[in-house]
Amino acid sequence: MKLAGFLLLPAGWGIVLSAVVLLASALPRGCFILAGMGVEVMGLILVVRSHLLLRGERG
Amino acid sequence: MTALSVPALSETAMALCILCILLVPFAGAGLSFVNTGLGRSRSAAHSMLASLCVMAVAALVYVICGFAWQGFIGRPAHVFTVAGKEWNWIAAEPLFLRGLPLDGSPASLAAWLQMLSVGLAALIPLGAGADRWRLRACCLSTALLAGLTYPLFAHWVWGGGWLAQLGVNYGLGRGFVDAGGASSIQVVGGLTALAISWILGPRRGKYSLEGMPAAIPGHNAVLVLFACLLALLGWLGLNCAGAMLFTGAEPGRTVLIAVNTTLAAASSALMAAVITGVRFGKPDASLSANGWIGGLVASSAACAFITPTAAIVIGLVAGTLVIFAVEWFELRMAVDDPGGAISVHGVAGIWGILALGFFAHFPSRVLNVVSGPSSWSGSSDSNQWVAQLVGVATLLGFVLPLTYCLNWLLNRFYPQRVPAEGERQGMDLYELGAGAYPEFATYTDDFTQR
Repeated sequence: MKLAGFLLLPAGWGIVLSAVVLLASALPRGCFILAGMGVEVMGLILVVRSHLLLRGERG
Repeated sequence: MTALSVPALSETAMALCILCILLVPFAGAGLSFVNTGLGRSRSAAHSMLASLCVMAVAALVYVICGFAWQGFIGRPAHVFTVAGKEWNWIAAEPLFLRGLPLDGSPASLAAWLQMLSVGLAALIPLGAGADRWRLRACCLSTALLAGLTYPLFAHWVWGGGWLAQLGVNYGLGRGFVDAGGASSIQVVGGLTALAISWILGPRRGKYSLEGMPAAIPGHNAVLVLFACLLALLGWLGLNCAGAMLFTGAEPGRTVLIAVNTTLAAASSALMAAVITGVRFGKPDASLSANGWIGGLVASSAACAFITPTAAIVIGLVAGTLVIFAVEWFELRMAVDDPGGAISVHGVAGIWGILALGFFAHFPSRVLNVVSGPSSWSGSSDSNQWVAQLVGVATLLGFVLPLTYCLNWLLNRFYPQRVPAEGERQGMDLYELGAGAYPEFATYTDDFTQR
């Protein structure tokens, strides 16, 4: 789960960069940037949850 | 509109810039005292020595190779082209500052400022790893930060890199703007602190088996509160010097920067005191101090381009965010961060970056690798918030995984956490052989395994 989370972080960043490079008009670009940020937040949530689970297993 | 080299500083600007850079070590003293005061008394000497060591390692590594990756606006860099646009991604300077005349030019002043700034960034994770982070591991981790993570991101922001060029290339306002280092110093340090907290795990006894956190109060509130005043002095220098060197602010603007920096810290600290007073019945000294530093951090990005009223608003929000973030990290995320470094530098720093997009009004001349002739013919500044958002996405999507991976690898080769015996004895006795306060009475619960 931790690895998936850490993979989602750069994946979200990739979406943001792609939006900047490929989209010219403001609205779609803004939406895709926000979507990329959303993917990053999901990655952060996964990383946090994996650390909580690890801590629980170790007691 | 073209990407260009930075104009030479006038003699007045150079003198003022030198004076401001001379103040920056006070910020380091402030952060060191905050980290030490919020830790345990049995780790106080270790904490101060670690602060000194990481600043030393950071300065050395930065001079050896950091500046070679970071560079400065208008100096050699590696560039690749994407869809017809140039992406400047890393500097191409020689190692050991060779080829950089140390003569008061903007590039030489920037190199000097960065030697100190990278030390500040390296001090931030010490607050999160307090009472359990081995001295050698601190130094090795700092070498990774100063040699790789920091210079790379700082080049993108301050060295004419692709983040700074977002305005020129893609019409996103003036590109990613950060005058005083809210991103490259504070958030990079804060995210490294988060990585260190995750890797080290919480202090022994911090969490019960049910996951409830125990309060482990800092040992010296006076030191922490005094540190806030020292930090203010350092931040005034940092914000003024950064704004002059990296955004082309003229010397007269330093008054506005100083007023805004002070107002943001003041409003943030008062907000923190009010919130803790309402919630707990009495204001909390350490959280109010965290609020003060959080206000300074949040002011860094936009200090040169906002009105004093906006600085107060930024401070009020920063104070609120810091208080709730400290609680959230401790209770919900089970992150043991004795110095509150992640909330103060990471969360408040991100807020400061975004706040620039909402509140900044840029002077017509300026800035950030970009020269508009007399009139600005690029995009309107209404897109500035998008550039700031791209910067935040880069911090979360690139810097956090990078710093976590580097420290995770380091931990595989050299375990960063002190053994249980070290935590029981205290870092002073275990790693240094002597305590910070030998004449103080020792209480038995200091040695009780929690």
